[in-house]
Amino acid sequence: MTSEVEDKIMTLREAAKLVLSGAHISLGGFTIQRHPMAFVHELIRQKRRNLHFYGHSPGGDLDMLIGAGCVKRVELAYEADEAFARIGPRFRRAVEGGLIEWEDYSNFGMVQRFAAGAMGIPFIPTRTMLGSDIIKKEGFSKKTRSDSKIAPKKLAVINCPFTGDKIILLPAIQTDVTIIHAQVVDAQGTVRIYGQNFGDEQQAKCAKKLIVTCEEIVEPEELREYPEHNLIPFFRVNAIVKVPYGAHPYACYRYYDYDPEFLRMYHKKAKNDGAFKEFLNDYIFGVSDWEEYLTKIGGDKKLRTLKADRKLGYAPRLKRG
Amino acid sequence: MVKRYAKGYKLIELMAVAAAREIRDGEVVFAGTGLPMLGAMLAQHTNAPNCVIVFEAGAVDCKLAHLPMSVGDPRTMRFASTATGLFDVFSTILQRGFIDVGFLSGAQIDAYGNINATCIGDYRRPKVRFPGSGGSGDIACLSKRTIIIAVHEKRRFPERVDYITSPGWIDGPGGRERAGLKWGGPVAVLTNLGVLRFNEKTKRMYLASYHPGVKPKQVKENTGFDLDVSRAKQTEPPTKAEIKILREKVDPEGIFLKKAEE
Repeated sequence: MTSEVEDKIMTLREAAKLVLSGAHISLGGFTIQRHPMAFVHELIRQKRRNLHFYGHSPGGDLDMLIGAGCVKRVELAYEADEAFARIGPRFRRAVEGGLIEWEDYSNFGMVQRFAAGAMGIPFIPTRTMLGSDIIKKEGFSKKTRSDSKIAPKKLAVINCPFTGDKIILLPAIQTDVTIIHAQVVDAQGTVRIYGQNFGDEQQAKCAKKLIVTCEEIVEPEELREYPEHNLIPFFRVNAIVKVPYGAHPYACYRYYDYDPEFLRMYHKKAKNDGAFKEFLNDYIFGVSDWEEYLTKIGGDKKLRTLKADRKLGYAPRLKRG
Repeated sequence: MVKRYAKGYKLIELMAVAAAREIRDGEVVFAGTGLPMLGAMLAQHTNAPNCVIVFEAGAVDCKLAHLPMSVGDPRTMRFASTATGLFDVFSTILQRGFIDVGFLSGAQIDAYGNINATCIGDYRRPKVRFPGSGGSGDIACLSKRTIIIAVHEKRRFPERVDYITSPGWIDGPGGRERAGLKWGGPVAVLTNLGVLRFNEKTKRMYLASYHPGVKPKQVKENTGFDLDVSRAKQTEPPTKAEIKILREKVDPEGIFLKKAEE
């Protein structure tokens, strides 16, 4: 292994420094699974500000970042934890209070934008969103759109040059930094994700810099024995951080389940300004790192209840109701 | 065969049964969290054993053993045919025209079946913000037909929604074609009061059936637009078998069924 390769493995604290205030970022995962939560906590602890966030269906990852004052703008399709919360409480407050700027697309729309960025093309044609107000109403102001890092238009509706059909063109996204949480990465950076990859592939591949937090770091030979199971080639990865249970309170297929008790507690607190501050102080500012956080949430005793059944990939006896 | 109807069921159970009955055997179904999942899982145990359940987050044709709490739940992976992601499911299955029936919900539904899941008031300065489209706008545009699930309240059923997140028949006959949509549109709205369908000529919602114990007048009063109730009959009640499967096989943990009111 060359020293250059070894350099990719770093601590959360070091990796979070790759995200500057004002950066355009995206986080992997989908509502209640595989968000890089340990990384989100570190960004909050390091008081990153004015982030421009791109997502399809984020959950508490974005909600916490917004609540902690890290986010200036969002382009997304959805913000909720589904059965645990119909809307992210801090997102709702920030929009209704005009504290952030927002632009809505659909989930398909957003992943197509990431895909276009990943392919290095400026736009992607689609049939979705036709007939909706998503294509008629814009959230960003003209001033925001004049920023060279932001597409000058939300989208364009044209007639297809080949068929004449009405079709929508969506602008590509290339993030400054994308952060995903994977199950397994090797020391060079090859990424393997078990289960659905959500939009992680497109979000990761459209990034200028890619940070991967993971449950395990293994030898390259182990992943290269079955290359067809790997999602991202090593040279696209800039930083690797090993963080077991790094997606808590969200699930990580085949490793652990979501934490219903913690999620219900979070959503109860996040509805109230004071209680949300308490949450930040108790679980983020009040602990120095992820290990201390895991102790705080109940340590091994709690984590054992979340541990996934090897065959099913989740915890079938988890108390959820 | 004589059907044995259930007594003493919850409204949510009746709605799940109504959702299941909309699914035909062998169809490819796009299901969301909550009632659509209950309905699709029930359908697999009853009238549509060969229906294919697809989740936008990436699970294709899973065999659910435990009720998911998200379309991205690890539970949706169980015995799936393929595990992929949003880009693949939306583009090669949905946009390509392989979803027979999609389920939708939202905060407001109007007379033409347009859905608002985005906001109340001005888009740039909303009074109330909702979670947003998610996949709902995509499902509404690109499924061959859609079923809407909603709570029946006057304010949730206005003549026109504040914001069209997920287009229904848009402004009436020809609305979808004019917008550039090739197919699709809502065929039913399942609520806690009844089942509504769309007039073939006008594309406006009418009351097709009212649930046992509900009067057509009550449905009319809880709708914000003029609702035709002249064709309404009573909804066929759930059978004993359907309720038993719902409680014992679909949601034995009581994740959605227990919380709901009687």
